[in-house]
Amino acid sequence: MTGYLIRRLIYGVFVLIGVNVLTFALFFFVNTPDDMARAQLGAKRVTPEAVEKWKQERGYHKPLFLNEKLSGIQRVTDTVFFDKSVRLFAFEFGSSDQGRNIGYDISTRMWPSLAVQLPAFLIGLLVYISFALLMAFFRATALDFWGVVLCVLMMSVSALFYIIGGQFLFGKLWNLVPISGYNGGFDAIKFLALPVLIGVVSGIGGNARWYRTIFLEEISKDYVRTARAKGLSEARVLFRHVLQNAMIPILTGVVVVIPLLFMGALITESFFGIPGLGSYTIDAISQQDFAIVRVMVFLGSVLYVIGLIMTDLSYTLVDPRVRFS
Amino acid sequence: MNLLPFRFELLWTDALVWVLVAAVIGYAVYARARPHLRAPWSRVSRSASGMAAAVILAAFVLAGLLDSIHYRPALPPQDGKAAYATELRSLLDLTLQPLRDKREKTYSAPLATHLYAKETVLLPDGREVREFPRLRHGGAHLKNPAADWAGDVALRGFRGLAVALLIWFSVALALSAAVAQRSGNGIEQSWGDIWRGRTAIPWRAALCALAALAVFAGPVIALAPLYHVFGTDKVGQDVLYQALKSIRTGMVIGTLATLVMLPFALLLGVMAGYFKGRVDDMIQYLYTTLSSIPGVLLIAASVLMMQVYIENNASLFPSSEIRADVRLIALCVILGVTSWTGLCRLLRGETLKLRELEYIQAAHAFGVSHWRIMMRHVMPNVMHIVMIALVMDFSGLVLAEAVLSYVGVGVDPSMISFGTMINSARLEMAREPMVWWSLAAAFVFMLALVLAANLFADAVRDAFDPRLVRAGAVA
Repeated sequence: MTGYLIRRLIYGVFVLIGVNVLTFALFFFVNTPDDMARAQLGAKRVTPEAVEKWKQERGYHKPLFLNEKLSGIQRVTDTVFFDKSVRLFAFEFGSSDQGRNIGYDISTRMWPSLAVQLPAFLIGLLVYISFALLMAFFRATALDFWGVVLCVLMMSVSALFYIIGGQFLFGKLWNLVPISGYNGGFDAIKFLALPVLIGVVSGIGGNARWYRTIFLEEISKDYVRTARAKGLSEARVLFRHVLQNAMIPILTGVVVVIPLLFMGALITESFFGIPGLGSYTIDAISQQDFAIVRVMVFLGSVLYVIGLIMTDLSYTLVDPRVRFS
Repeated sequence: MNLLPFRFELLWTDALVWVLVAAVIGYAVYARARPHLRAPWSRVSRSASGMAAAVILAAFVLAGLLDSIHYRPALPPQDGKAAYATELRSLLDLTLQPLRDKREKTYSAPLATHLYAKETVLLPDGREVREFPRLRHGGAHLKNPAADWAGDVALRGFRGLAVALLIWFSVALALSAAVAQRSGNGIEQSWGDIWRGRTAIPWRAALCALAALAVFAGPVIALAPLYHVFGTDKVGQDVLYQALKSIRTGMVIGTLATLVMLPFALLLGVMAGYFKGRVDDMIQYLYTTLSSIPGVLLIAASVLMMQVYIENNASLFPSSEIRADVRLIALCVILGVTSWTGLCRLLRGETLKLRELEYIQAAHAFGVSHWRIMMRHVMPNVMHIVMIALVMDFSGLVLAEAVLSYVGVGVDPSMISFGTMINSARLEMAREPMVWWSLAAAFVFMLALVLAANLFADAVRDAFDPRLVRAGAVA
């Protein structure tokens, strides 16, 4: 088991190296730093000096892989690749193209993101699974049928409409919560209530239907028939046997997203003006700040890899076969 | 030397769309002659929700295809040479000419006769008043809008509805005649069978969907030439026109994104499962790496880089339409790269199972080459997964387009799409008085498209998934 986890860990590092090389190629080969400088400066102000100055200020003026002018280890370390890519592994994110410290920005902005995402995730999980269990319990009845119809209808509506509709109803029409904004402390609750609610509601359609499929697949297995043959009540079969065995497919999809909660939701945060990592990324995209986008890509994959390893760990908790193998 | 009053122009997406249409027709002809390929499709045709969705989808596809034939109208010849307008038009534009050309000054509500904002108007006698000015086109035929408007709209709407229902009724009658001919019963008998749901193919569901379409389209078509049925937006453009133009963008993204990457997913997935060992490790590493980057971020990074490339190489793109089109293709490719990994994984798993089966072992024993085994013996048996993935991804991609356009990494801002419509309309909700019709139109059209796609995808999945078929889930 430990050996398996260590192998997964090493594999994760290799994946991150792959991501790193990929993003480096995307950002420095598809377009050279000169192209980026020209795009940032705008067509009017492009002079060779301005481009050089822009590159100098942001450290893009160095050679890509090998600095011929220096000697020893510096030949490799004083390059764009080392500065902008290798340093990411030490979580040295450097400064953005606007000159802000990315590491500091991320450490302050991840908490508001988490404050929206964590409650939305936990409440969502509870709601989706209960809804799915309800449909599975009343399977092949009118309740199940209309439940599925509702799910398909809800998953056909764009997330943008949930947000716009929610803001209109709760913020503008009924004046229950502020339309957007954020504040620390207890004050945060009134700002967070709507984003969390919308986060949960917009996911009901797809998620409840997915969990229902998992439960129905479990229900058609032999051990369920055995349990019924023993004379257990349907509720007991569902909650005790089916739910427990459905944990593996559920965990596969759920655990991997937990670390990614830090990253926030792009459109939710931008609509509600929450100063989290999601709106940070959107701002970076609209300002064409390549440094921030590059760091966020890397951070996202780090969190995903952590999620994959956590998924492996979680199997050992629910499945004794994995634990003892 | 050109006698035609226009010149056809083939955009990249147009070419791909028509290749896709040709492929679908080719597949249909091929599958028709083969019972094992025909069987799942006849199961699809027996699903009521699938048939209803197919009717709605067909209407969308028609609009999308009309919008995929582009041309440049001719201008008066200069120096004896034929000249053409720089602006590209499509057949859909031609059909919607009145909607396209009738521009107002700014916002106007659905079916309105006056602008939505007060303006200072100079009266003939030199006085200035603040009032809601009349629209240039919407309801311009009315002499006295205050008195005539309601009656005119109701009459025209009702007339449109009546014509649409008449057409619908004759289609229903023709269908009963066709069913009667096939079953050998009388028309009356077939009519009853259809409405009691006794036909093998659920025509009742299809006719209901068609009726819904007629009830919506009839009045709209009747009113559209004289009014702005869904109002106008900030620059006075008809919202209905925008909604109809958005269909093509959504459909192009929904189909081409999967299609562009399909060869790679198919080849790599089958190779990984078939060869196992080192090839498998390499391919698995490739897709784990790609899928470990959160989708939106990978798309954002790629689109940003593409934007920089287009900005720096502006000379490669002679007109803004061509630039927008290239951006659309690039977006499809980028979306394809991110959605490709899931399909590849599924194909790998299925091939791993297939390669152990006896008929593959037998092919090995006969000395059939690896390539030929993969092509002839493995690929046809994983095609149902490809088909399911194609239809299941469609609705997700249409929804993704809207979100990406909001984030600023979607289609070109000059291209009409659901995303750009919502994006420009969302600030209008905060306006006093509120402008809601752009959002409403985008909502209605998008919901209809995505819902129909979802229902159709479910029917296809139920019909193609062998696990479900064997379990008797689709009787």
